[in-house]
Amino acid sequence: MQRYSALAVLWGGLTGQTHWKPVWGRPEPKGHYDVIIVGGGGHGLATAYYLAKEHGITNVAVIEKGWLGGGNAGRNTTIIRSNYMIEGNTEFYEHSLKLWENLSQELNFNVMFSQRAHVSLVFSAAERDATARRYNLMRLNGIDGEFWDPAELRRRIPHLNYDQGRFEIFGAYVQPRAGTARHDAVNWGYARAATALGIDIIQNCEVTGFIRRAGALIGVETRRDGVAGEIYADKIGLAVAGHTSVLAHKAGLGKLPLETHKLQAYVSEPIKPIVDQVIVFGGVGHFYISQSDKGGMVFGGDLDSYNSYAQKGNLPVYQNVMAACMQILPCLGRVKLLRQWAGVMDMSMDGSPFITKTDIPGLYLNAGWCYGGFKATPGSGHTFAHTIARDEPHWANARLTLERYREGRLIDESGHGPVPKLH
Amino acid sequence: MLRIPCPFCGPRDHTEFSYEGDATVVYPALDASEEAWFEAVFLRDNPRGAHSEVWHHIQGCRSFLIVERDTLTHEITGARLAHRPTAEALK
Ligand SMILES: Cc1cc2nc3c(=O)[nH]c(=O)nc-3n(C[C@H](O)[C@H](O)[C@H](O)COP(=O)(O)OP(=O)(O)OC[C@H]3O[C@@H](n4cnc5c(N)ncnc54)[C@H](O)[C@@H]3O)c2cc1C
Repeated sequence: MQRYSALAVLWGGLTGQTHWKPVWGRPEPKGHYDVIIVGGGGHGLATAYYLAKEHGITNVAVIEKGWLGGGNAGRNTTIIRSNYMIEGNTEFYEHSLKLWENLSQELNFNVMFSQRAHVSLVFSAAERDATARRYNLMRLNGIDGEFWDPAELRRRIPHLNYDQGRFEIFGAYVQPRAGTARHDAVNWGYARAATALGIDIIQNCEVTGFIRRAGALIGVETRRDGVAGEIYADKIGLAVAGHTSVLAHKAGLGKLPLETHKLQAYVSEPIKPIVDQVIVFGGVGHFYISQSDKGGMVFGGDLDSYNSYAQKGNLPVYQNVMAACMQILPCLGRVKLLRQWAGVMDMSMDGSPFITKTDIPGLYLNAGWCYGGFKATPGSGHTFAHTIARDEPHWANARLTLERYREGRLIDESGHGPVPKLH
Repeated sequence: MLRIPCPFCGPRDHTEFSYEGDATVVYPALDASEEAWFEAVFLRDNPRGAHSEVWHHIQGCRSFLIVERDTLTHEITGARLAHRPTAEALK
């Protein structure tokens, strides 16, 4: 792998920038791999990378039906945090956050991870108390968290809508180590590092079915650039986010505790720096916003709230999100919106994911990310690779099982119960 | 905006409704096995395509409807009352 460094840029400046080489190619699929990962989003690419890096398994293909990072990995609002309070989530997301903290060095690729703090505003005494409980639990688990009272909040974020009676701001709970990263850079960084370790990334190749022998899965049927094919593997891992149920049915896993829903995101024209954190308006409404390094305001709100595989959002949610924005940051009222889009996600029955072996020999499952799986990318890849390589979970995903639904051990952070649209 | 053809109110915006999920789920008897309850509460077909689903016309006639909708195209091909005896009586 050609290493990136300041010196390389400098050298390139003197030599007409002609020395850069492509960092991944268009490999022809081999007939057989040790491991096939289905889905070239962040989780699939990270899994392949850690399989090679941590477990020495390099005969691996990542099979992606579209283009690398064209799913949710390239559509999310890039918020990274670990402010969870329930066992299962606490250790997993903190593990992931720690991997983020070293990711640019690890991949030799600037993923622009910026620990700018995640600020959850509270609007009533009851919300303040409930959130205090969450943040105290976090601190007991070694996760950073603090409270900003209204005076401190006003000093740090002067533009919020403080002087209004409808939603009085009681302060904010803050995770200082949380922040954002550049989603494309994360996908590219993992793809480049995985390729350098010998992994094949096969794009425009849809997995259309599975090949089985004596009850075990031994390969995948594919359609690559429109042509049908077969690729064999000892182990197959699914990391297809919103399309998990479709492939689970084909693999013979049957029904899963998942519904596919879509979430929209929005970005404004670039403006001068105005918001230096991730700000979240929860409770009465739902709205989260940060500012990209380019200056665009990146924000989102609730799901569209009905099962959908269409990557397009509806207008009523759009309107709600804009109303929430005007409530909390009215100073943005005249900023123009540049783009709006949607992604389809695997909403699970308790709002938490599962990373696990399945009852079908050869099949491993990574799903249920809801709309919080970007922050999980390094942790998900790291623990899924471990689960596939060793046939047992890593300590960080040991509680993220599928059996928990049957056993009543739900990991339900929001307490909404088995209603995916509410998580 | 989805437009849901409510049998009582005519075509209405989906924002008048609350989405209640997969209509093919049948809740078992209270004394049914744990397995039967596990399946009803937690497992879903989650199809990419034709889907029968319950919508509650909460800001209209308040009926529960079963709507036939495609989860990929969002095309709605029918809506009927979920409560079968009432649906029969109205025929
Ligand atoms: C609008 C929006 C905002 C979000 N905001 C945040 C946020 O702020 N913070 C956060 O942590 N998370 C966020 N998320 C969630 C996060 O993006 C996802 O949980 C995460 O990206 C899912 O993992 P992934 O990257 O592997 O998924 P994806 O990128 O969706 O990867 C799955 C891949 O599988 C491929 N695939 C599907 N079927 C097949 C097949 N049959 N054969 C081959 N390939 C197939 C798809 O094409 C896709 O590329 C958001 C999501 C959305 C949609």
